[in-house]
Amino acid sequence: MMSDVAVPPKAEHPRLSALREFWYYFSVNKGAVIGLWVFVATVLIAIFAPVLAPHSAEQVFSKSILIPPVWQEGGSWTFILGTDAVGRDILSRLIHGARFSLAIGLVVVTIAMISGVALGVIAGYFRGPVDAVIMRVMDIILAFPSLLLALVLVSILGKGLFNAMLAIALVLQPHFARLARAAVMSEKTREYVTSAKVAGAGHLRLMLVTILPNCLGPLIVQATLSFSNAILEAAALGFLGLGAQPPTPEWGTMLAGARDLITRAWWVVTMPGLAILITVLAINLVGDGLRDALDPKLKRS
Amino acid sequence: MFPQDRGAIGRFERARPKKNMIRYILQRLALIVPTFIGITIVAFGLVRLLGSDPVALLAGERVMSPERHAQLSHQFGFDRPIWEQYFDFVLSALQGDFGVSIRTKTAVLDQFLNLFPATVELALFAMLLAIAIGIPAGIFAAIRRGSWFDQITMGSALVGYSMPIFWWGLLLIIVFSGMLGWTPVSGRVGLQFFFKPITGFMTIDSLLYGKVDAFISALRHLILPSIVLGTIPLAIIARQTRSAMLEVLGEDYVRTARSKGLAPSRVIGLHAFRNALIPVITTIGLQVGMLMAGAILTETIFSWPGIGKWMIEAIGRRDYATVQGGLLIIALVVMVVNLIVDVLYALVNPRIRVQ
Repeated sequence: MMSDVAVPPKAEHPRLSALREFWYYFSVNKGAVIGLWVFVATVLIAIFAPVLAPHSAEQVFSKSILIPPVWQEGGSWTFILGTDAVGRDILSRLIHGARFSLAIGLVVVTIAMISGVALGVIAGYFRGPVDAVIMRVMDIILAFPSLLLALVLVSILGKGLFNAMLAIALVLQPHFARLARAAVMSEKTREYVTSAKVAGAGHLRLMLVTILPNCLGPLIVQATLSFSNAILEAAALGFLGLGAQPPTPEWGTMLAGARDLITRAWWVVTMPGLAILITVLAINLVGDGLRDALDPKLKRS
Repeated sequence: MFPQDRGAIGRFERARPKKNMIRYILQRLALIVPTFIGITIVAFGLVRLLGSDPVALLAGERVMSPERHAQLSHQFGFDRPIWEQYFDFVLSALQGDFGVSIRTKTAVLDQFLNLFPATVELALFAMLLAIAIGIPAGIFAAIRRGSWFDQITMGSALVGYSMPIFWWGLLLIIVFSGMLGWTPVSGRVGLQFFFKPITGFMTIDSLLYGKVDAFISALRHLILPSIVLGTIPLAIIARQTRSAMLEVLGEDYVRTARSKGLAPSRVIGLHAFRNALIPVITTIGLQVGMLMAGAILTETIFSWPGIGKWMIEAIGRRDYATVQGGLLIIALVVMVVNLIVDVLYALVNPRIRVQ
């Protein structure tokens, strides 16, 4: 993919050359490329979880409780990363857990981005009282510590993964709204918007077709950061007992019961957290690379 | 020192009339009113709109007789129109009455004031740690851009930023409390020490009573929670300091200072760092809300008797009168701190006031 960068560009589709240029700037950042590969691997693990996992996530081996990982004394190849306090295979649970974490990120970001961008674009496009009301509401959401607001929302709506995702989406949404609003406001007075308006484009067309595509850069970066944030917050809610409920193999939920085992079975505590850290780190690396590649200010320097 | 040594910002500042500053502060104060109204609506509305039975929620009782239900409903004022209830809620809040927990029969504000110093003490130590390490690390990473120091620092910062801190806390307990036995696992001070709080800050109180061993015990209890709570702010501050320094180091006045032959330490300390500090201060100020969220997890892991643990426990025993009042107080505290940060920011950076 990179080998023909030095070759003088042939006439090609403009989208394709934009993609090529994007990859050129993205791949300068080695960390971002590593992050991308790790993320792709996580996605593949999530998709093929039933094939890859040696056991099912909920199968209990009652004779094999708290077996240490294979490299430690007493470990066995049947349970590569050991077993937990009820005798479930940790590796299998982690592999299945990847599905939950990625789904959480995807669902939360989709909800938060669609609602946040819609509100932000409306606020930035119309200004005036509409803008004031929308942005005040966003300020109010931001006035509460995000995890606390999510906790209270979930505890009132009822424990569970779906409510947790809704609550996290709600607390992440103002960031999208603010960003979209600022981007729309700076683009709105540009000439191409005026000319589209003169050509007779309606409000909806101006907002969605003319302006929005030119504000995508910062929104994509924000979406990446929100993706990792959503995974972290959902894991925190799971850890506190308000997110996904046991025996769901969600990574944070797996840690909830592990606190009592810290002196006896370190692997029960260490492994799920390591999975969270690696996934979140990979996504944040990609986010850094995206910011470098999509920010025109940095490109020129 | 030559007068022109003061740099661009110094002169810019004096050129602006003072009136702008006052107007900015007034504007910022006026914005508090809608935010306050919004916060009270959220705190008030959460329990009443989302809960299936607000009386049971506020009382924290799952099963109750119809008579008890009617009695409590009257006590909470649910038999009155909703706007009347809301105004009552706001008026009492303005007078410092944030409700009474039916479960523990204590005023929410009293509970809060009892526990708040513990959270503040923890948060202060965490921020101190984050600033003391984050700012120098960021500066050196910027000066030696691309060096191995820069790469390792920024790599660790990204790891810190991606850290699930509740797991990080457990990990530190495993290593430092479990394997090495260096630090205690929970609480604020050894159980053998007991004294009536004066300031509520364990480190200060122990010294006021003249008990050095208690002071040392308090510090040992503080170390791990401070590291856990300080990790994400540390990562953010280091990254922010580095990028602010890089931006400033490319500015004309820094190049001018260099070409004048000023010592590198003077260029970096006086010209670059002073101006890079502005975004860094804002970043630090913006961490307050985040610290509260982090305190919930940190205090739960280390059984630290502060606001975060208090809220989790109130949620756990379904004591929504406490949750509602606590949520309101915490949001107000965050709001006031943000206001102070904004005003300080305007004082340091004249450019913001012009708008």
